[in-house]
Amino acid sequence: MSFIDAVIQYEFLQKALLTSTMVGIICGVIGCFIILRGMALMGDAISHAVLPGVAIAYMLGINFFIGAVISGVVTAMGIGFVSQNSRIKNDISIGIMFTAAFALGIILITFMKSSTDLYHILFGNVLAVRPSDMWTTLGIGIFVLLSVYLFYKELLVTSFDPTMAQAYGLPTKWIHYYLMTLLTMVTVASLQTVGIILVVAMLITPAATAYLLTDRLWIMIYLSASLGVAASVVGLYFSFTYNLASGATIVLVSTVLFLMAFFFSPKQGIVWRTIKSKNKKMSLS
Amino acid sequence: MKPVLHVSNLFVSYHGNDAIRNMSFSVKPGKLVGIIGPNGAGKSTMLKALLNLIPKDKGEVLFNGKPFVEIRKSVAYLPQRSQIDWDFPINVLDTVMIGTYPGLGFLKKPRKKEKEWALQCLKEVGMDGFSKRQIGELSGGQQQRVFLARALAQKADILFLDEPFVGVDILSEETIIRILKKLTSMGKTIFVVHHDLSKANEYFDQLLLLNKELIHFGDANIVFQKEILAKAYSGQFSFLEEMGVNA
Repeated sequence: MSFIDAVIQYEFLQKALLTSTMVGIICGVIGCFIILRGMALMGDAISHAVLPGVAIAYMLGINFFIGAVISGVVTAMGIGFVSQNSRIKNDISIGIMFTAAFALGIILITFMKSSTDLYHILFGNVLAVRPSDMWTTLGIGIFVLLSVYLFYKELLVTSFDPTMAQAYGLPTKWIHYYLMTLLTMVTVASLQTVGIILVVAMLITPAATAYLLTDRLWIMIYLSASLGVAASVVGLYFSFTYNLASGATIVLVSTVLFLMAFFFSPKQGIVWRTIKSKNKKMSLS
Repeated sequence: MKPVLHVSNLFVSYHGNDAIRNMSFSVKPGKLVGIIGPNGAGKSTMLKALLNLIPKDKGEVLFNGKPFVEIRKSVAYLPQRSQIDWDFPINVLDTVMIGTYPGLGFLKKPRKKEKEWALQCLKEVGMDGFSKRQIGELSGGQQQRVFLARALAQKADILFLDEPFVGVDILSEETIIRILKKLTSMGKTIFVVHHDLSKANEYFDQLLLLNKELIHFGDANIVFQKEILAKAYSGQFSFLEEMGVNA
């Protein structure tokens, strides 16, 4: 049976496709701001830091989304607090705080009934998306996209020239924590498709690919979202057809797209660069 | 004439160490003021304190008689070159458009009117032919001119430039000074942190010489004398002679 027939026939595959498309879009969009602010490591940290929140939420029987956002944002604040109040640099602070949160999460999850839960949270299982997860993802997606649309100007200026932003009165700290909140929400939405461990790839790889292809932010955002969707859909196809782990397959497709841009991007690709400088040398000899 | 900037008894410290001690001065509008002093004299610190970017321990800073928070949108800040990511995916026109953001406020997006105004500001600094270029593709001097256009787009009356001539060749440096002089003749007041003493007396109307405290503030020709400069650059006479300062 072909992939398309299967999508038409099976509801679980439709849900998987819809969820991973949404995840591809929002990861791509938020990822642009993450890489332009030099916060790739922060993205990795926050995605791991949601684990204790998810575990506690499971135990209390509340929506894991709430627990995840709280533990993600608390960790982001802890990272900021340590680096601003000591000689500890930001990357070190990130390393300390997120591993602590992650370790705590693992301990908490071992108290839960089964170990498959942990496995799914860590690595995702897009083919087992429940309707409630799909609606959560859709809700998060709308909220994230609306936020970026409404505050595009503020996100641009605080990423590009934070000193100017602060001088003319933007609450740069609050904008930072708002972005951290969005990042946590995106992570939660991605739990099902790629899982905690690989979320950072969905955040960074499509955005970095787009970064190699354009010199304008809004184009970068659209490109990054499209690349995220392409990786999700193609990844899901391979995952379904060859029975591979969905998260890992999606990430590898995304990596292949990155490598293509890395070698063949018209302006930044190393292939054209090499050819251009060879031609230049030839013309002079 | 009422002072555009009035500073009295300003104290700033970092972790308990004095960075600025008891500084007082007033500047009249339409002046090009150079802020000079040796390394570690607190030039950038003073700038940051004036712009409310770091807390003051004591003292009063008034712009046109008002505290900074009330007039902050009419003050433009041009960062040091090293603070900007020149690989950022943004072109010249979009960079200048950022100047319109403070006036737009939350939720409003720049439209055609803002775009036309930004183009006009680019023309003012002679960079209108570069509007589609990515900012990293420009020379150091052109980059500074783009940021000046951004300050114009902001309709700022007061400009603060932090070391604008680092990594800029001498011809571009003179072009920028010409633009700055044109802006002051239009009534804008411009402060320039400048770490190189050469030509300081030619470039600026007034000089603010500091070394943690205010050593001297006044007309450039008066401040730019060996005895006065020597107070800040404690005893570095040979250095001053190399810089061509008259005895």
